Amino acid sequence: MNRINTMFLMILLSGSLALAGGSAKLRVEGSTTVLPIAQLAAEEFMNANPDVTISIQGGGSGVGVASLIEGTCDIADASRAMKDDEIKKAVDKGVNPVAHVVAMDGIAVILHPTNKVKNLTIEQIRKIYTGKISNWKEVGGEDKKIVVLSRDSASGTFEAFASLALGGEKVRKDALMNASNQAIATTVEKTPGAIGYIGAGYVSSKVKAVTVESVVCVKKNILTKAYPLSRPLFMYTNGKPKGAVKDFLDFILSEEGQALVETVGYVGLK
Amino acid sequence: MPQLCELFMKLNNEKIIRSAFGGLALASLLFLIGIILILFKEGLPIFRIINLFEFIGGKAWYPTADPPEFGILPLILGTLWITVGAMLFCIPIGIGSALFLHEIASFRLRSILKPIIEILAGIPSIVYGFFGMVIIAPFLQNLLDIPIGQCALTASLILGIMAVPTVCSLAEDALSFVPKSFREASFALGANRWQTLTRVVIPAAGSGISTAIILGMSRVVGETMTVLMVAGGAAMIPTSFFDPVRPMTATIAAEMGEASVGGSHYHALFAIGLVLFLITMAFNIIAELISCNFRLKLGLGR
Repeated sequence: MNRINTMFLMILLSGSLALAGGSAKLRVEGSTTVLPIAQLAAEEFMNANPDVTISIQGGGSGVGVASLIEGTCDIADASRAMKDDEIKKAVDKGVNPVAHVVAMDGIAVILHPTNKVKNLTIEQIRKIYTGKISNWKEVGGEDKKIVVLSRDSASGTFEAFASLALGGEKVRKDALMNASNQAIATTVEKTPGAIGYIGAGYVSSKVKAVTVESVVCVKKNILTKAYPLSRPLFMYTNGKPKGAVKDFLDFILSEEGQALVETVGYVGLK
Repeated sequence: MPQLCELFMKLNNEKIIRSAFGGLALASLLFLIGIILILFKEGLPIFRIINLFEFIGGKAWYPTADPPEFGILPLILGTLWITVGAMLFCIPIGIGSALFLHEIASFRLRSILKPIIEILAGIPSIVYGFFGMVIIAPFLQNLLDIPIGQCALTASLILGIMAVPTVCSLAEDALSFVPKSFREASFALGANRWQTLTRVVIPAAGSGISTAIILGMSRVVGETMTVLMVAGGAAMIPTSFFDPVRPMTATIAAEMGEASVGGSHYHALFAIGLVLFLITMAFNIIAELISCNFRLKLGLGR
């Protein structure tokens, strides 16, 4: 009984300590693409500001935005801009979503290293992904069936790719829909006929990133948007950020924060 | 814990204990009702924008396109192909090992083999999925020279192995339910071991074995993580076992996180959950009916 009593006391004590500290709590939720930025930035930020606690959750852009609208998070990470119906719902609930671009992301188109194709135009990418081109010889490669890999149609990366490359057309039905960037990279690495697209931060030497419209998928070109498949990454707040929310966003946009953005594979804005 | 026991001793009032355990038993009923209610509440709104036949029979699944298409026929067929394929692997292995364990293996061999088969059931499905994605899929891709290893065949193979423990241990139970007198009577009539097995034991255990198979199928239909990783995830109507497929469970798992809550995509995913629930419930009811029948036939009652 003694031991149980002691445990209760300890729990009570720690609980009251946390309350007495008067610390600010930040809840960040949303896109798994933005997650690594938020995580690393939160760690560094909490080291510098021990009185602020930041909890980070993934779940996806849709989940984060929904939480912001419900008021269950302070910052919503999103790898896409909010949709019209989401904005409408927010306004209905009295939430005023404000977008902050925290980094740029490039979508790399990747092939098996043995594939001879080095460059694809947006037109060719669109035809491959919508089913009009099914053999590598049609784009200057070997006579081999193209295995098309895509992210799940509900992911932020898919939405960005669909709007940047597909122009609203639907992905072919026999495309393999993968749940993560890593799954696509792994499959492309092992499949000679495969084509896939992933965040530029996920490209490794085991796959080959093609040039798109003869532009190389590198930081400089993504930042200037010269590389056709580049997109901004967002953090949304309710109204103009203030207090700890503002401090955290300021930190991410600072030189130090943007350096962290680079370490997790995205392109810093500065 | 000793304190708890003392407490119970003091309150050694049968009524209290009885109602406490009754309440706990009732809890699972409450969970079930809650789950069913939520599935209907969140799933039915999709039928405001699409009718049941367009939903079940629609050939295109483009939930995020504009306008979205919510035809789940490719997903249902994906689940169906994988289930049939998995059963092709699972039935011979599962039933075969049950027969071997129960009829042929010595007591010692059985006490080694049975735990090994049961360990298969304890491996988390993500481990199967990872194993399938990294090893089996590339292996089959090279071996069969197919364009992509993540296809219905790979998923069937792995799910078939995953369902073996379920089928094997239930089938073995069914065999052990066959009264000894059946066997003795058969031997007394001069039948040999093979004849006794094929003409007496298996028919007598037949409905129990079918129950084992059906419960194995419902395990395969409901499996999510593995198919998400190895089935390929293409929402196409499969024409061969080498096509990538997208089963219903994988669709829900992959898309629920990104669907906006309360939107039509969200409701469509719940409606898929409802369809899945009805399918597995049908399997369980059929299994229950068969096993009920089986007990009556062997005079075991309930």
